[in-house]
Amino acid sequence: MRYLARRLVHSALLLFGVSIFSFAILQLAPGDFFTPISLNPQISAHTVAALRSQYGLDRPLPIRYEHWLHSVLRGDFGISFAYGTPVAPLLAVRARNTLLLTGTSLLLAWLLAIPFGIWSAARRRKWSDRAGGILTSSLLTVPDLVLFLALLLVAVRTGWFPTGGMTSAGSEDLGFGGKVKDLAIHLFLPALGLVLATLPPLVRHVRSAMIEVLEAPFVRAARAHGISERRVLLRYALPVAANPLITLFGYSVAAMLSASLLVEMVLSWPGVGPLLVDAILAKDVYVVVGAVLLSSVFLVAGSLIADASLFAADPRIRMD
Amino acid sequence: MNLGSQPSVSEFQPLLRVSGLRKEYVQRSPFSRKKIAVNAFHDVSLTIFPGKTLAVVGESGAGKSSLARCIALLERPNSGTIELAGNNLLALSGQELFAMRREVQLIFQDPTSALNPRLTAGEIIAEPLLIQRKGTKSQRRARALQLMEQVGLDSAWERKRPLEFSGGQRQRLAIARALALGPQLLILDEALSNLDTANQTLILKLLAELQTAHALSFLHISHDLRLVSEFADEVAVMYEGTIVEWKSTRNLFASPEHSYTKELLASVRSVESILLERSA
Repeated sequence: MRYLARRLVHSALLLFGVSIFSFAILQLAPGDFFTPISLNPQISAHTVAALRSQYGLDRPLPIRYEHWLHSVLRGDFGISFAYGTPVAPLLAVRARNTLLLTGTSLLLAWLLAIPFGIWSAARRRKWSDRAGGILTSSLLTVPDLVLFLALLLVAVRTGWFPTGGMTSAGSEDLGFGGKVKDLAIHLFLPALGLVLATLPPLVRHVRSAMIEVLEAPFVRAARAHGISERRVLLRYALPVAANPLITLFGYSVAAMLSASLLVEMVLSWPGVGPLLVDAILAKDVYVVVGAVLLSSVFLVAGSLIADASLFAADPRIRMD
Repeated sequence: MNLGSQPSVSEFQPLLRVSGLRKEYVQRSPFSRKKIAVNAFHDVSLTIFPGKTLAVVGESGAGKSSLARCIALLERPNSGTIELAGNNLLALSGQELFAMRREVQLIFQDPTSALNPRLTAGEIIAEPLLIQRKGTKSQRRARALQLMEQVGLDSAWERKRPLEFSGGQRQRLAIARALALGPQLLILDEALSNLDTANQTLILKLLAELQTAHALSFLHISHDLRLVSEFADEVAVMYEGTIVEWKSTRNLFASPEHSYTKELLASVRSVESILLERSA
């Protein structure tokens, strides 16, 4: 318990650091949200200056950071220049969408990776394992962007799947079941993209972790007792191989989030990704900081979940 | 200890009779379709009588451990026969093979990797019974506790996991597990090599007691001639994949024939003379 408390404190400090850092980096970039407006000859310099002072952009960085911290405590995380609303509700909707996409993909990826990895390990060096190896390595070599664009192409050419958004026009009138179905159809392609992008390393890790355990003498001893192959895999190899895999789960959250940024852009999923990119281009500072912070929260949460599961799964970790 | 007893003659049926055993591994070279056969051992013939110990000594790479795995039916030899109490093990399959696995048990060199780190001591010892579907849960637990005491472990430690035990205790745990199914033959594959001298002596003593109590036969595989000489009735010397000399321990020490045996003995003697000089 003390270990987890310590981890929570570390995470809070980390997030604090991330916020300062992203603030400072954004400051280094030339110009601000109002620079394009100031180039417009129809808008007077006076108006632009008034806007800048209204949003506090004329104050020094530490003061702005302090104001921002106050707004964090109020729960609105600053104001978006582009939308004119507090950042928090803006992000909340996008975060929900991103979580829906990455959560579904994460679940699917692991649900596929574990059986596939086990199967591959159980058949190691047989042709089916080799074929699986070739498949995963070819997937691994395809850049994510190409993969996502290919999916987009499939969607456009076949018309089987919608090419963007989360809902169809008029979906508000559907019943609950209809809404879920509509959402699932929209979710399918981006989720497939994410699963395909993150699955190969997961399968490979599951396979190699399993193979390592399968060659251990205690497995040999169990085989000498006449243990069934199924029981070797499920009672011996999988639990012992679980530790590195649980750690890998934390990393897979990170991989999933970074890939989701791209997939959301390419397949127009209204998640944090497109919001962040638009905000960066527009220098909508507080939205950028909020989105970066949000991604960090996801990452930290992922590794915290991994650590907590490791802690729960392995009695040995409790000793130190 | 049975140092120097004569090889048993045929007033008993041999427990294990291995003849003409050969095992090769096929390696495929990564860039061509060519297959390379690597001979692990060939023309190996051995006999072990009930309640006796046969030691197989030889340098690493001589094929000793492959031999152990074949006799424990973890790998299939390419040719030859393995008979246990008159049954041809290599002809068995399915249920008969499954049942025969109770009779031969292995003890490994490294007790740490030989025990499932996820299970408790009690579960580890009961696991063979569970795999072989013997007894009820409470019967298996009772047997596990009894075995723990028998190998000199406190049965109050049944809920501890392998990593909480010392090296010697882990090897005792592995021995208890090997005994769970009441085997007739224990294969000790370098089972003492990872232990310190004090623990080696203690485990040897335990093994000798168990041998007397259960009429166990041991196949003791080791590179350490001095260690096995205290304990084995007979010694077979393995060199380059085959047995070059096989005699009672006393005869082997008295009249080694093969040059490799002489080399082995010379190294034992030199160690002993160094120890003698030191103590003098």
